[in-house]
Amino acid sequence: MDPNFRYSVLGAMLLGAGAAAIGCFAFLKKQSLVGDAVAHAVLPGICVGFLLAGTKSTLALFAGALVTGWLSLEAIRIIRQRTRLKEDAAIAIVLSVFFGAGILLLTMIQHSDNAQQAGLDKFLFGKAASLVEEDVQIFAVMTAIIFVLLYLFYKEFKIAAFDPQFSKSIGLPMRLIDFLQMALIVVAVVAGIQAVGVVLMAAMLITPAATARYWTNSLPKMIGLAVSMGVVAAVAGVAFSTVAPKIPTGPSIVLAATFLFAASLVLAPERGVMARAARHRRNYIRMQDENVLKTLYHLGEESGDFLKSWTEKEILARRKMPPVFLKNSLRRLRRQGFLKESAGAWTLTPEGKRRGARVTKLHRLWEVYLTKYVNIAHDHVHDDAENMEHVLTPELEERLEQLLEFPGTDPHDKTIPY
Amino acid sequence: MITHSENPAIEVHDATVSYNRRPVLWSVDATVPQGKMVAIVGPNGAGKSTLLKSMMGLVPLASGHIEFFGKALDDVRGRVSYMPQREAVDWDFPTSVFDVVLMGRYGKLGLFKRPRAADKQVAMECLKKVGMEQFAERQISRLSGGQQQRVFLARALAQDADIYLMDEPFAGVDAATEATILQLLAEMRSVGKTIVVVHHDLQAVAQSFDWVLLLNLRLVASGPIAEVLTEKLLQETYGGKLNLLAEVSQILHEEKKKSREKRKV
Repeated sequence: MDPNFRYSVLGAMLLGAGAAAIGCFAFLKKQSLVGDAVAHAVLPGICVGFLLAGTKSTLALFAGALVTGWLSLEAIRIIRQRTRLKEDAAIAIVLSVFFGAGILLLTMIQHSDNAQQAGLDKFLFGKAASLVEEDVQIFAVMTAIIFVLLYLFYKEFKIAAFDPQFSKSIGLPMRLIDFLQMALIVVAVVAGIQAVGVVLMAAMLITPAATARYWTNSLPKMIGLAVSMGVVAAVAGVAFSTVAPKIPTGPSIVLAATFLFAASLVLAPERGVMARAARHRRNYIRMQDENVLKTLYHLGEESGDFLKSWTEKEILARRKMPPVFLKNSLRRLRRQGFLKESAGAWTLTPEGKRRGARVTKLHRLWEVYLTKYVNIAHDHVHDDAENMEHVLTPELEERLEQLLEFPGTDPHDKTIPY
Repeated sequence: MITHSENPAIEVHDATVSYNRRPVLWSVDATVPQGKMVAIVGPNGAGKSTLLKSMMGLVPLASGHIEFFGKALDDVRGRVSYMPQREAVDWDFPTSVFDVVLMGRYGKLGLFKRPRAADKQVAMECLKKVGMEQFAERQISRLSGGQQQRVFLARALAQDADIYLMDEPFAGVDAATEATILQLLAEMRSVGKTIVVVHHDLQAVAQSFDWVLLLNLRLVASGPIAEVLTEKLLQETYGGKLNLLAEVSQILHEEKKKSREKRKV
């Protein structure tokens, strides 16, 4: 394998893993934008570090980055505490001022005659395609630092993110914990910007965390998943820009991460858009079906014969709905054993009658409750009951019955079936 | 009317707290007796939560000091438990009910140490006490308001403290949970624990608590229920019109705003 490619992949993987891991905590503390601010604020620090050291010594650049990263967070905190500005405004101000100062310094350095400065501009947009062995070694150390500290302070980071007031009340050194977390973000950023650049760094911190949150409700799993996503995005991005050399590596890594995010947004179970739509649809179908059973029950009540057969036309005359919906609903209910069909006419089975009666009962009980306990006029209670009849659980049903002491009729003098 | 108790669990000396120079607590001087159920009562914005937070050092005191068993908080932190308001945390955080209760043990563990089997056992017992053991593995976002309060209470119990400061543990709970919590608090009192609760329901306070602090920016009254829950003192606490203190507080706030605006120009 081409060593250059190997270093690019390795470097990007390390950065993806480290940034994703610490990014989870920034994400959970709702400080996603703070990560972005820090990412931008390290640029002036890198320049000052270079100016003081005179060379691109990693240690000097890193120390400078740490100082301005920390300064930017302090600036955000002070602006929030001392002015009436809200956090978003504070972040916007700090981010742009620090980044502006960084660009200014960078331009000054580039126009000086220091031959060492070549390559400093790579910090702005990254250089993943031209990483060398030494870079990868430094990344490895930085990523190791992140993981070791995350492991050691896992408990503290978790509780500080979940409940800062409680954490302080049990005597945890919150300032130290906040500082450590910020320092780890700076470490991830300093490593990361060499691959994807300052501008795209926030995506490497936050996107994998946001993606992982879709798939799990457990913090350790979320961190594990976020790290995997970061690594996969890094590999995919480097591979893609190798196949299509005109595409820069940093942006294609970020695009890969974004693709994973978009896919999760749509596909994830429970939280994903599709799962939510499916849940919605299942509920809707259940409501439709219950309404059909209820209508047949009403027809039975009115005719005095619950086992009478009804045509689709007769059902539609009693309750308006699109005929196609009714057809589908009838077929589903027959399959489930709630209805029987013969010669185009539909009859309730005993189970169908029971379920139709229950929906009718819930509807009428709720109407009684609203008129009696919420003081709503009896001609205004029907619409709300139309919804509640599908929602009330058996436990609530029981409590309603007891609270209302099994009323015989609803506010419209219709009998409540038990 | 401020009654002090001998040998108190908590002693608040002349505590004043301000946000942005706007005083939210004026010179509160109160004692909380040991082994009693104590309610902090007052209208919205009276500084009830702030008083609890200042006791825990979560908001700085502009003046005065607070002692637990005659000592500074840092010397007896392990004996004091604080339960924040339910809204203080994000209930969509990716963690389980059991994990949250286990957090009650963190204070005893110290840095770097992981919870041991014994801690887990305590956490499980506390979950049982609040009747939530079957929810141990549940993600916390799938809890009702009352269940959330029970989980917080279980976490406080897991701290195994002597003083419990609870910020509105009855907010948003159903009748069953309220009864469970009240019963638990009474049990804790019977083994000598001191319980301080921010409460809104005067009737419940009159029925179940021993001692009450009436607060409205200042301490209006403090002492045994029978002596303090009088119409006159309640009127003084809840009195419809802005009292002078609130007005002065408002003026100080406006002044600050004005001077800041001047500076901006």
